[in-house]
Amino acid sequence: MSEHIPLALEVSDLEMVYRVRGVDRPVLRGVSFSIERGRSYGLVGESGCGKSTAALAIVRYLPRNGRIAGGTVSVAGQDVLGFSARGLREYHALTVSMVYQNPGSALNPGMRVGAQLAEAFTILGVSRGEARDRARAALERVQIADPASVMGRYPHQLSGGMQQRVVIAMALAKDPTLLILDEPTTGLDATVEADVLDLVATLQSELHTAVLFISHNLGVISKMCDRVGVLYAGRLVEEGPVDTVLQDPRHPYTVGLLRCIPRGGVRKDHGRLDTIPGFLPSLGSRLEGCVFADRCALADDRCRCEEPPVTQAGAGHIARCFHQDLAPTLPREEAAELAVPAVNREQTPLIQLEDLGKVFVQSGHEVHALAGVSAAIWPGETLGLVGESGSGKTTLARTLLGIVAPTSGSVELEGRKLAPRFQKRAHADLRALQIVFQNPDSALNRRHSVSRILLRALKKLAGVTGADAEKHAAQLADRVRLSERTLTQKPVQLSGGLKQRVAIARAFAGDPKLVVCDEPTSALDVSVQAAILNLLVELQAERGVSYLFISHDLGVVRYISDRIAVLYLGRLMELGPSETVFDGPHHPYTEALLSAVPTIDGGGRRRIKLGGDIPSAASPPSGCVFHTRCPRALGAVCEETEPPLVEIAPGRLMRCHIPLDELRRLQAKEPESVSA
Amino acid sequence: MTALEVARPARSETKAARSERLRLLVRSPTVIIGGVIVLFWVFCAAFPGLVTPHDPIFDNQFPTSLKPTWAYPFGTDTNGRDIFSRVLAGSRNVLLIAPAATLLGTVLGTILGLVTGYFRGIVDDVLGRVIDAVLSLPLIITAILIVTAVGKTGTWVVIMIIGLIFSPLVSRTVRAAVLTETELDYVQAARLRGERAPYIMFSEILPNVMSPVVVEFTVRLGYAIFTVASLTFIGFGVADPSPDWAAQINKYYGFIDPYWWMTLFPALAIATLVVAVNLVADGIREVYER
Repeated sequence: MSEHIPLALEVSDLEMVYRVRGVDRPVLRGVSFSIERGRSYGLVGESGCGKSTAALAIVRYLPRNGRIAGGTVSVAGQDVLGFSARGLREYHALTVSMVYQNPGSALNPGMRVGAQLAEAFTILGVSRGEARDRARAALERVQIADPASVMGRYPHQLSGGMQQRVVIAMALAKDPTLLILDEPTTGLDATVEADVLDLVATLQSELHTAVLFISHNLGVISKMCDRVGVLYAGRLVEEGPVDTVLQDPRHPYTVGLLRCIPRGGVRKDHGRLDTIPGFLPSLGSRLEGCVFADRCALADDRCRCEEPPVTQAGAGHIARCFHQDLAPTLPREEAAELAVPAVNREQTPLIQLEDLGKVFVQSGHEVHALAGVSAAIWPGETLGLVGESGSGKTTLARTLLGIVAPTSGSVELEGRKLAPRFQKRAHADLRALQIVFQNPDSALNRRHSVSRILLRALKKLAGVTGADAEKHAAQLADRVRLSERTLTQKPVQLSGGLKQRVAIARAFAGDPKLVVCDEPTSALDVSVQAAILNLLVELQAERGVSYLFISHDLGVVRYISDRIAVLYLGRLMELGPSETVFDGPHHPYTEALLSAVPTIDGGGRRRIKLGGDIPSAASPPSGCVFHTRCPRALGAVCEETEPPLVEIAPGRLMRCHIPLDELRRLQAKEPESVSA
Repeated sequence: MTALEVARPARSETKAARSERLRLLVRSPTVIIGGVIVLFWVFCAAFPGLVTPHDPIFDNQFPTSLKPTWAYPFGTDTNGRDIFSRVLAGSRNVLLIAPAATLLGTVLGTILGLVTGYFRGIVDDVLGRVIDAVLSLPLIITAILIVTAVGKTGTWVVIMIIGLIFSPLVSRTVRAAVLTETELDYVQAARLRGERAPYIMFSEILPNVMSPVVVEFTVRLGYAIFTVASLTFIGFGVADPSPDWAAQINKYYGFIDPYWWMTLFPALAIATLVVAVNLVADGIREVYER
């Protein structure tokens, strides 16, 4: 980089406060970083650490109670904080673009895509006719296959991935100096996420735009960024080249964060996951020493009263820690080894799904959400359920619970056929099957205290009332490691992880035999996720409960599952023991899912691109339903004949025309990565 | 124990939210102005003897039909009564009937809203059409129809009528809130542990839709005052010699020229009360619907 060209973004000593109830609360504490032109910088951290606030400060879209209390921000050499109203408008119009997490709310629902996109060009002073041509070109640039037809559609007629492409096309219309992406792929499926990330990487190298990438997902950051900054409680605690920081972290927080993530093929019988004990300091609290001292196993008296200075840890790698040499050896929390009992598959299965099918009728069309799914879950085992959104995971879980009645087939519990709908099921069957939802905010009644929630569940599911109930509620809370004080509190007073513990306690009130876990950790930060996964595994070891575990995070599924079922368009594509499904040879769909996951460990497998979106279940493709996107399709046979689900090895089922040995040979060519 | 999550310092956020609401309410100028006026009329209704300079009911205390003067600021009426005293004493009837009717309407409407919103399907369709039919008629016409059908009038009849007419209006708002709530997972969780519909409606959902219910009550109260006045005016309810505002207007609106003061001051009194209640209602709505 030549020295006289100003940096794309330079933030120095940025201090930001939110004014809450008359008091200024600091949310950014002396944050400094910079991005060179054409480079990308990742900002990571858990929720509440100030990532999005930093982005808002850079574009100066501060909420009314937010104020920049010190420091400077300059973009392409211009002082952003000194702009007049007019200067700010020009800055927004010409220099900086921002892409948010939810593309659905970033697009105007009442305006056709073409017109919206053209508007982005007319603002720049382009004539209307030319704007339309440019809009079409922009859609081609973001790899939308049929721009003419997409331009005529409304945003809701596009899939999430397509919407995000349109938003990115709009953001790039002005050829910005700085593009800020705030969790741009968080709501998307792994396969779609991978496509969008590839697209951003391609465009960035073409356009030479500087990118500020905000994400909680270290895998995504590792794939997309040159440098990374780790934010904690509004303080940049570590910064450096992405590979160095992720492979040789020097701040205990970064070390802890990396250890929380289930990766490298770790499974529940290998032991518990690491967690970061404690909580983020509450917003704007005064911190004397190191911001992380309260949760750090290395912290000593000095850390608690003196702010560690920025120190070099290597070339371009800095960390704010007195003990950065010790950080990599951060003591692990004493993880008592956990004996996960082996699953006995000789006995009658706990749950037997027999040829389950579900057809929804949507405006006259039949939508086959599930087609002939047969699977068993044995006592004490976890069946992981994976697949893109729209693959039928949730419908399968809802059918099992009796929330929706199957159109064909049945659910058996311990060899007895269950009534299709839960209203008709016996009380004992209701308590045997419970669920932990994805979002604890929605799953817990916000007007009820924790003890009321648990007492009611105990009354209905375990038949415990009166004085006994209080004792049972306390035991239940203790079982999910909730302190007694939590009982008197309402959900709003609890953090996400604690709320999810309450939801788990409620599900376990009546000693269930099977708990459906519908993405129970996807709304949580990784350190909390690790603690929740540990809890689920402990409960399984203690009580022999079975789980049907739905998740899009393959690392999590791999950690917790004994067996894994892969769904595509409501059909089972593959079912088998966790290790073999992950180690291969894989069904081509599983292979693509695995390859789409960005890994922290770098390198890894070659990405297998799936063409387009998941087809509509209203008109599934002929033959093998996956043939339209399958990179390994054989030709006519795949298009015409639906392959049967056959047992290719003991306990391992696969639905593919390609013989197993052929799959093994094809997949062996690619470099194998150990991580999921 | 791997997970050492400890509860956060106990900050009672529900209480904090409630006191925050209260703080916003007492800081809003519209709420203060409206509140003062409402409290004034409530005081007059509770202790008419303390505020009226003369007896509001006895005939021929003064010369008849005097224009407003310093001695009789609102003038006197054809029966020789001081209109100022009558206006001050005239809030009682309205302030008894309107809140009771609104309360009845809100309770009925909330139940109706819970039932239609929770069950949806055929229950919702049938009740929904009945509600549509009721709403399609002007309020007063419906009221007259019911009074005629019942065949008698009086405080309780008026309360029942207004309550019944308001309940579908309230139910609309509550139903919309209930629809959003039933989508949430806690309702599904309750069903999956075998809870019955009444428990889910009243113990799980109702506490979460109290904000719209409170807002609905205050907004409807303004309408109720107006409706009570209208019904009294057309003759359903109290009549002269009661100092009720609408009863006064009923008696004197025919003589508005030249005896304008006999109608104007009671009418202004109704207006101040309706406006004041609406000011408070607006404030409450703003605070609750933030």
